[in-house]
Amino acid sequence: MSKKVNKEAELKMLYDMLVIRRFEEKAQQQYQMQKIGGFLHLYIGQEAVAVGSVAATRPDDYMITAYRDHGHALARGMGMNEAMAEIFGKATGCSKGLGGSMHYFDKARNMMGGHAIVGGHVPLGAGFAFAARYRGEDRISLCYMGDGAINIGAFHEALNMAALWRLPAIFICENNQFAMGTAATRSNHLKEIADRGAGYNMKSVVIDGMDVREVRDKIAEIATAIRKEPEPYWVECRTYRYRGHSMSDPGTYRTKEELEKHKKDDPITNFSSVLIKEGLLTDEEFKKMDAEIKALASESVKFAESSPDPDVAKLHDYTFVENDPNYQPIATTPDVRGQNPFSCTFSV
Amino acid sequence: MEMREITYRQALNEALAEELERDQNVFLMGEEVAQYNGAYKISQGLLERFGPKRIIDAPIAEAGFAGIGIGAAMVGLRPIIEFMSFSFSLVAFDQVANNAPNMLTMSGGQFHCPIVFRGINGPAHQLGATHMHATENLYSNFAGLKVVVPSTPRDAKGLLKAAVRDDNPVLVMEVELLYGSKGLVEPPMPEFDLVLPLGKASVPREGNDLTILSYGRTVAYAHKAAEALEKEHGIHAEVVDLRSIKPLDTETIFASVAKTHRVVVAEQCRPFCGIASELTFQIQEHIFDELDAPVARVSMEEIPVPYSEVLEHAMLPSPEKIIAAGRKVCGV
Repeated sequence: MSKKVNKEAELKMLYDMLVIRRFEEKAQQQYQMQKIGGFLHLYIGQEAVAVGSVAATRPDDYMITAYRDHGHALARGMGMNEAMAEIFGKATGCSKGLGGSMHYFDKARNMMGGHAIVGGHVPLGAGFAFAARYRGEDRISLCYMGDGAINIGAFHEALNMAALWRLPAIFICENNQFAMGTAATRSNHLKEIADRGAGYNMKSVVIDGMDVREVRDKIAEIATAIRKEPEPYWVECRTYRYRGHSMSDPGTYRTKEELEKHKKDDPITNFSSVLIKEGLLTDEEFKKMDAEIKALASESVKFAESSPDPDVAKLHDYTFVENDPNYQPIATTPDVRGQNPFSCTFSV
Repeated sequence: MEMREITYRQALNEALAEELERDQNVFLMGEEVAQYNGAYKISQGLLERFGPKRIIDAPIAEAGFAGIGIGAAMVGLRPIIEFMSFSFSLVAFDQVANNAPNMLTMSGGQFHCPIVFRGINGPAHQLGATHMHATENLYSNFAGLKVVVPSTPRDAKGLLKAAVRDDNPVLVMEVELLYGSKGLVEPPMPEFDLVLPLGKASVPREGNDLTILSYGRTVAYAHKAAEALEKEHGIHAEVVDLRSIKPLDTETIFASVAKTHRVVVAEQCRPFCGIASELTFQIQEHIFDELDAPVARVSMEEIPVPYSEVLEHAMLPSPEKIIAAGRKVCGV
């Protein structure tokens, strides 16, 4: 590496990936102890995608993902306590215990939710980019999805419109090679998932999703470009999930050998080795970092367990919102009438 | 202040124009809304007046543009999404029924969706099975959606404007066959800002013998039936126009029933799990002792809509069917 390395930023990426790993190991343990209910979809193995792309973008950029959402929220800076409390269904959770594992929201961090209907959130991701463009902001929208989401209607409709209207969105396909238990090759007639972008005349990029630096650098390049000249990108991050689709998945659709092979690409192990080799981290420091994070993960369980349940008296309080009496409409002025930020001209 | 006679179509157009003028966060998106001036000309002239940033032609992709609207609403814009027909909203069902109304709950109150979905809903004329769905009962079953069904130009304008200013997802279900109908409406802004409350029924005709609960297309039928019942049978029917299915103005409904003690519900949709089922349940639950006869209902028949004009007429609600139901509950 000839580039100047920012030690602090590199170590933060390692730290953030470890947070996701240790948090989810703890969550898995709690699930197995039957302390939490519902579904639990683990991100273990894919940490570099969320962490690298968050490191490459701004806190005011929008982020939205599917139901495998713990990693994205934690990468954006959500605390393990509120993340764990949400899985426990507690009032202190990031969605007050009303969302659960699949619906992590964090408005303050522009984490626009984990969404549980495959592909159903992709138009929303385009909608945030639309709003940024409408308001003339240079914010972008990061819209993550699994490889299982690329064959459903809402996905196609959103990508077509994003391209047509040059919306500043990065659609990131985390290709972990399985749509639940169905291999990508049995789901779509594509040589490469990246090829899907061509159908919308959208620029497409393939990224090694196990390499956090590559994710960060390539996403940063795209982000910089589309802040200046808005247009969407289709990004395939090649990755692998080490756990089942959800906790109820025995994983019979893949061999032990395949799983072991991919574990050699572990984004955390590899990145920590690189950092040690580059002299940015010692083995001791790594162990200390890991121990610290493990302690925080254990702490989050205690926090969740000791947190109060949501108040049953408020059962009906989250269906409709009262109209905001302080809402200020922005009157139309003559200078905005002719504007058209949404060009329908393809730039080939 | 002088009331003017304008059409239901003009009233909707005025509502859109006034809300677009009032707030730059409001935009209109849908198929053919801009350059074509709207499939039913509801958005006539809006592109010229507000420009292509705010009047946006979308591809034929309801799930896509409904979802883009929801995303935009989550971050503070106030989209008006036009479905050329609520029958077409069915291909965007996941967005309208799953994303828009659930966001507030799923996020623990962090995100709400100030969005309007509007367009024609319910029976028109000889459009066949796929284009004539009355979806008001369907969508009313989803917690977190408001559903309004205006029957007059004044209500169309006042309810649409209220819907745009509401911080929740509101479905404004218009009636194609009423687009050309006329009625008195207050003058436009800036002279008068006509905003009607969502969830308030009206009583356009008073009577003591029978309550006809109606909305949307069936209000005019209820009036016709009431006239005939009075003239031919001496039955003085009160017509209640629900205006809003959700929230439901049970106060006005119960007050009318407590006065007349006999009820016919005239709904646009099919009877099974329909609006009448709900109204009847609530009436018997809360004011059972006020009823002097079982509630009757007039609905679509429980079949897909046939094309033939004769068959179509036979399967849809009509003044004749309301008259027959009224006679039955009054025992004449």
